Amino acid sequence: MTQESLRVLVAKVGLDGHDRGVKVVARLLRDAGIEVIYTGLFQTPETVAAAAVDEDVDVVGLSMLSGAHMTLAPLVVKAIRDRGSDIPVVLGGIVPNQDVEELTAAGIAAVLGPGAPADQVVEVVRNVAAARA
Amino acid sequence: MNTPRQQWQKAFDDSRLREGPFQTMSGIPLEPVYGPEDGEFPGQYPYARGPYASMYRSKLWTMRMFAGFGTAIDTNQRFKEIIKAGGDGLSTAFDMPTLLGLDSDDPMALGEVGRCGVAIDTLADMRDLFADIDLGGITTSMTINSPAAVMLAMFVAQAETAGVPRAKLGGTLQNDILKEYQAQKEFVFPPRQSMRLVRDTVAFTAAEMPRWHSISISGYHIREAGSTAAEELAFTLANGFAYVELARQAGLPVDSFAPRLSFFFNAHIDFFEEIAKYRAARRIWARWLKERYGATNERSMQLRFHTQTAGVSLTAQQPEVNIVRTAIEALAGVLGGTQSLHTNSMDEALALPTEKAARIALRTQQVIAYETNVAHVADPLGGSYFVESLTDEMERRAEEIFAHIDEMGRGSILEGCITGIEENWFQGRIADSAYELERNFNRGERIVVGVNRFLEGNDDDDLAILKITNEDETKQRQRLSQVRADRNDAAVQDALDRLAKDAVDPEVNLMPALIDASLAYVTVGEMMNTMAGVFGRHVEVPTI
Repeated sequence: MTQESLRVLVAKVGLDGHDRGVKVVARLLRDAGIEVIYTGLFQTPETVAAAAVDEDVDVVGLSMLSGAHMTLAPLVVKAIRDRGSDIPVVLGGIVPNQDVEELTAAGIAAVLGPGAPADQVVEVVRNVAAARA
Repeated sequence: MNTPRQQWQKAFDDSRLREGPFQTMSGIPLEPVYGPEDGEFPGQYPYARGPYASMYRSKLWTMRMFAGFGTAIDTNQRFKEIIKAGGDGLSTAFDMPTLLGLDSDDPMALGEVGRCGVAIDTLADMRDLFADIDLGGITTSMTINSPAAVMLAMFVAQAETAGVPRAKLGGTLQNDILKEYQAQKEFVFPPRQSMRLVRDTVAFTAAEMPRWHSISISGYHIREAGSTAAEELAFTLANGFAYVELARQAGLPVDSFAPRLSFFFNAHIDFFEEIAKYRAARRIWARWLKERYGATNERSMQLRFHTQTAGVSLTAQQPEVNIVRTAIEALAGVLGGTQSLHTNSMDEALALPTEKAARIALRTQQVIAYETNVAHVADPLGGSYFVESLTDEMERRAEEIFAHIDEMGRGSILEGCITGIEENWFQGRIADSAYELERNFNRGERIVVGVNRFLEGNDDDDLAILKITNEDETKQRQRLSQVRADRNDAAVQDALDRLAKDAVDPEVNLMPALIDASLAYVTVGEMMNTMAGVFGRHVEVPTI
């Protein structure tokens, strides 16, 4: 797969309205030549999984700042797997290091903490997509 | 004709003052303010130097610490600790479901109950939240917007049930719906229908709750969402003008409600720019209220504001350093003449604050208040060539933005704000500014200590953080189901029928119907859904 053909769905799940991070990341990825689709606010794990599979994206990026990531992020992974897809899910936002192990066990491919620089975001997305292919 | 200084002196002498001594550490006596005889003084129009003649010589700012998590009982405990630690105002953070008007047993609430704040479903929770706290003796701020009218109704219902009449209640409702569409994004109804609820709360409190601040017009979230300081200033004041126009359209004379409007600004890390922003805000508000809206009461023209240090300036890396950032930001708020202040805790880039982190944040304010002597002299930076010039520049940039909003609204700021929201103009500008800042950071032009420079120590990861378990969610759902089982279903239905009927007629004020519904233990979700049945729901078009 060439880098130019990468497609990423960035999503906000649940009630968290903080959309600064998701928009900044969407623009960073776009400026790195990646095609980005943004779901908008207030999605459920089901709507994100459906959009990811329908759009046949390479990576799903979740942005969560409300503290609900331990509940909702694994549900997004599960909803995607339930659709028979192995699209990897990357999580960014206010996520304490202590949570990373459990999230990894639940199938989250990578966690980007606060302050992650642009090149790291792009690199992680590309690596995760490459690992799948 | 007295000189401005003599006029100021008279107003100062008429003020009630704190006990001194007001001097430097070495014993040099300090005047309450400095400036030339014919200069501008605090308490004098257009108030750039402060709304009051005596400023902190009369009363220090209110150390209002925002708190709320878990169940109402948990938050009640935290409130009592804050009061015991010397905090004198309560500030309530609600959880996401409550902010969006959803009950704790709504499927969309999964994983969010009690997480970012306290869960309130019914009057029973409001009673637990304020148990053993004298609501007539302290001031209470409630940070809620879409369901603001519902929460005010529940608060009034709780206070009156506890024997405190509504006229004695002091506090603030955030109730600033415009910035929800622009920045914070916790909206429910479409903008115009939401503005009707704002109008109802403004009219209700103007008539019945003389100590209540009906709207806290908030730039905080606009800045956190990524705007520049000038955009924060301009969007916030424009929203303020929009509420003034809304209330005037409803027939309220400007001086009947404007004295109860207050503001809420961010204190970011660029120290002098923030101070200039506060000074410019006071001057702009005074001029517009007087010249454009015909206010004659000085209190309508005096901008008073709450400040919170910048959550976005905090780093997850080396979180103890956040104490320093917060102290600098808090100092900017104080030198800018804030009326109340919340200082963030060092661990908030990681989670909600622990008790220890919240205590250090309060102590930071106490150090500024009691050790540094900076509160002895009003507007200590007034007259600085630099700060005066920066204040003028802030005002000039804000006026440019007002001109654009006025044009979008064809001569109405109210229409300009609503049109700007509907056309994604505010949202787009904020996202552009956020991205510009991010690019500066990625290019290394903006340095953040511990994030893109000075990384030694980033591997230390021993800060204890607050864990909220799902137990609270389960507990809250059980509590709600108990309340549903115990209440009188016929009374609930009657209250909802009346609410729906009142909602249909835009001339009717919805507050009485909401208070009655609260007393019947109608849930927040039931009230909001009933109104949504009439008003519809807002959906934002996703744009990057």
